[in-house]
Order: sequence, then C-alpha cells, then structure tokens
Amino acid sequence: MFTVFGVPSPALFGQLLLGLINGSFYAILSLGLAVIFGLLNIINFTHGALYMMGAFVAWMLLNYAGIGYWWALGLAPIIVGVFGVVLEKVLIARLYKLDHLYGLLLTFGLALIIQGIFRNQYGVSGLPYAIPPELAGGQRIAIGSTPIMFLPNYRGWVIVASAVVCFATWFVIEKTKLGSYLRAATENPTLVQAFGVNVPLMITLTYGFGVALAGFAGVLAAPIYSVNPNMGGDIIIVVFAVVVIGGMGSILGAILTGFGLGLVEGLTKVFYPEASATVIFVIMVLVLLVKPAGLFGRSA
Amino acid sequence: MPEAATMSRPAPSGTAAPLLAIDGLEAWYGESHVLHGMSFHVNPGEVVTLLGRNGAGKTTTMKSIIGIMGRRRGSVRYDGVETIAMASRNIARLGIGYVPEERGIFSSLSVSENLTLPPQVKPGGLSVEQIHELFPNLKERAGSQGTKLSGGEQQMLAIGRILRTGAKLLLLDEPTEGLAPVIVQQIGRTIGRLKSQGFTIVLVEQNFRFAQTVADRHYVVEQGRVVDMIPNSDLDANIDKLHGYLGV
Repeated sequence: MFTVFGVPSPALFGQLLLGLINGSFYAILSLGLAVIFGLLNIINFTHGALYMMGAFVAWMLLNYAGIGYWWALGLAPIIVGVFGVVLEKVLIARLYKLDHLYGLLLTFGLALIIQGIFRNQYGVSGLPYAIPPELAGGQRIAIGSTPIMFLPNYRGWVIVASAVVCFATWFVIEKTKLGSYLRAATENPTLVQAFGVNVPLMITLTYGFGVALAGFAGVLAAPIYSVNPNMGGDIIIVVFAVVVIGGMGSILGAILTGFGLGLVEGLTKVFYPEASATVIFVIMVLVLLVKPAGLFGRSA
Repeated sequence: MPEAATMSRPAPSGTAAPLLAIDGLEAWYGESHVLHGMSFHVNPGEVVTLLGRNGAGKTTTMKSIIGIMGRRRGSVRYDGVETIAMASRNIARLGIGYVPEERGIFSSLSVSENLTLPPQVKPGGLSVEQIHELFPNLKERAGSQGTKLSGGEQQMLAIGRILRTGAKLLLLDEPTEGLAPVIVQQIGRTIGRLKSQGFTIVLVEQNFRFAQTVADRHYVVEQGRVVDMIPNSDLDANIDKLHGYLGV
C-alpha cells in the first residue's frame, strides 16, 4: 500500500473507480439528451424516468418472464425505445413549432407521471437485482506486491460497455452516411426535407434511439443501485449539469464531460468529501461564466 | 370562365407540354400575403429566369415550388403532377433539385459529405467524378469543412450536389449573388453545359446582364405576380422597359 497526499491508494483508486462508474452513466445519459436536443430542440426531462424504466423493465423481465440480464440488456432498450417513439408521435411532435419551454414542461410532466406510476406499483424501498453470475466476483489489482485496488468484475463491465456504446454512437453520428443526415437535419431540417429525406421519421427514430440509450443505462445500473422509482430523478439533475458543461447538442462533449465529471466527483470525495455533492454544479457555474455555450458547444 | 383562360398561358404551339406549370399561385409568410397569383410555365430543356426587384416574390416562388412555404394555394404542376398539397420531400422525389439563395452548405459536414447528402431521387444523375470534372475545386477540397469553402466554391457545391440526384428540373436561387466576375462566368458556362445535357432550369436573378447570357426566356415579377414575359432574343429591344421594371 502507498499513499497519495496522505490518502491510502485503495481508497483513492476505489473512489476514482466509483467516479468512473458514475461517469459512465452520466456519459450515456447526457449523450442521449444531446442527440435529442440537437435534432428535436427538446430538453428531454423524461430521460431520468426512462432510465428508471429501463431498470424496471429488466427487473420485470426477470421476475415475471424469467428472462435474465443479457437478454434484458438488449430487450429493455428496445421496449423503452418503442415507448419513446409512441410518446414522440402522440405528444412531443405537437410542440416543435413552439418555444423550448413547452417541450420542457411536457417532458417534465411525463417524467412525474411515469415515476408516479412506478412508485404507486412498487413503492420506494427499491427492488434487488442480482449481478449476473458471469460477472460476479472481482480482481485484485496490484503492481508487484503492492496492492492498488479491488475491481469488482461487474463495475469493470459497466465502464467497458458504456465506453463501447458511447464510441459506437459517436462513430455512427460523425463518420457514417446515416450520421451525415442527422447532422445536416440538426442544422437545417427544412433543406434536408427539400432534398427528399423523410425528416419527421428521422426525428421520431432519433428520439427512440436517445431514450433507448437511457433504457440501456438503466439495465446496466440495475445490479449496482437498487431498482427504485426515484433513481432517475436523482441522477438526471446531475446529468443536466453535465450537458450544460459539455455544451448542448455536442456529441463528443457529452461523452467526455460525462466521464470527466464522474472522475472529478470521485476525486472530490477523496480530498474534500463535503463538496462532492456540489462540485459539478460549481463547475457548471464557472463554465457558464467563462464559456456560456459549454466546453464543447458551438455558440449560436 | 374567361378569367381563368387569361390566367393560364397556353404553351407555345409546336412545343411539348410544359415541364413546370404554375397557375394562380399564392403564398404567405405568417399573415403577410406575398404571392398574388403567380402564373408561368417552363418547357422541358428551357432555361427561364425570374427577374424582379428585391421583395418581388422570386425567392418565395422558388420555395413554393419545392414546397417549403408553409401556406400556399393555387396550382403547381410538375410533369403533369399537381404538387400544391404535397410535402417537400415528396416534391423533391418527383425530380426537382433546389439550390437555396443562402446556398445551405452544412457546416458540420465535409465537402464530400455535403456533395453526397441529397439522396438519389431518379436514375440518370451525374456521378461524383462528373461533378468533380465540372467543378475541379470540389475535388481538391473534398475533406474540408463545407462552410470553409469560398463563396464561389460553396455555390458550386450547392449546384453540384443536386446534379447527383437525377433531378431534371433545377431551381437556382441567385447563384451569382456576391460572387467575383470570373466565378460568375464559370457558373454561366456551367448552366450552359447543363442545358445542353437536357436539364431544365429556373433561375432567379437580379443581374439581367448575366441572365441574358444563359436564358431562353425571362419572366418579370412584381409584387408577387408575373407582369411580363420577354424572350431572350427581344431583351435588347425591351431594355428600357426592363430598366423601368427593375428600377436600375
């Protein structure tokens, strides 16, 4: 064991790992928000509720249908995504010509309704969801005979899975033909439509994809945090701060800021625990003062 | 109805049915009524200009044809199909390519992504190689960000990208605006080549000296309607009248 500024290494790396885990969830969730905001101009307040829904769908699949974690990892995002498509078609699509504020109010109201339904049905004490047996246990990481930290397998998996999903999303949006339609429609939907592209369909599918990401994050979170109707409301406020810091609508910004702020939060827990709950908001204020469009945002 | 008969000009005898026939077209920006019964037609293979002062309704006419004006009424027929109630994506799919006045180059796309963005709507479009041959600058700068190009190159990109789609009718809204004379000449030569390849072109212009070098006929637009039609061969004879229309 060694110490860094008087902090024993397992404590330091343990908190950094925790920070990276939180950062993984910030990154996936803020990525979905950024994609949705870019194309739809909607600040999607239902995002936290749909993340919670992803975790609950995984729990329900297991307890009502006997469908385990790995299938749920694929099925729950699809179910949440389809739910999102219905929301977009039936409700959100009516607001595109109005001010942002209406979209925010509608999605905030929907979030409260969705949370309320789950709270009514399942209470607030939280439901257990076991780590899949393939990922139980953990690794002792050491350099020579010096122990560095203990890494639970499932937590390592969460970081890798989020990083892969974030990279894949970034790649599709920035480097493929499909992504070029998305970027162009984000800039000028009328013109893309005038070239013969079905932009309303693209918007619907983008919303579905964005919330499917939230559902995916929910399944990843289920074995770590207890499956709880309030889990979305707790995390979404921080995620909005992450999006503001990274810059609204910036894909890479959302990913890097998500992971980065998770780490900053972890470090704060080690060196000044009292500030760990507020550090992200302090950073948000500072960034807004210096770069109002966010670290990676393009100013309008 | 005698009134209807005077509104729609019959196609000149001896030519095929018009490719684009506009009749009694009206359009609004919110509450403001901009087009008041535009009527004109374009025959296959023709280059036709809309001349007129700022605010006469030329750009609005182009937007109405491609279907991006929210409120429009009257008749726009392309190749016999009534498009007045169609969504713009379906109008484009009939084979109409649109180059907006502000060019509409996407800054988050590279030059080559901009070039290949519009989907192919009909067979027989130009290949990327043929477009590069037409506009060599686009090949050299294929990897640049779209909006890093000069104004002239952006205009070439805006025209080039709709040639790929197989569109047969091109709507060019002020392609020469703000460009250096040498670039204007290049665009003029391009329009001539496209005409010789069978494209039909509607051109909005303020500069009738340029229009004269490329067009077959000129429609004069005033206050949201067509007030005169001048064949290109008669342009010099009507130069005083045209000065009066354009206020130059």
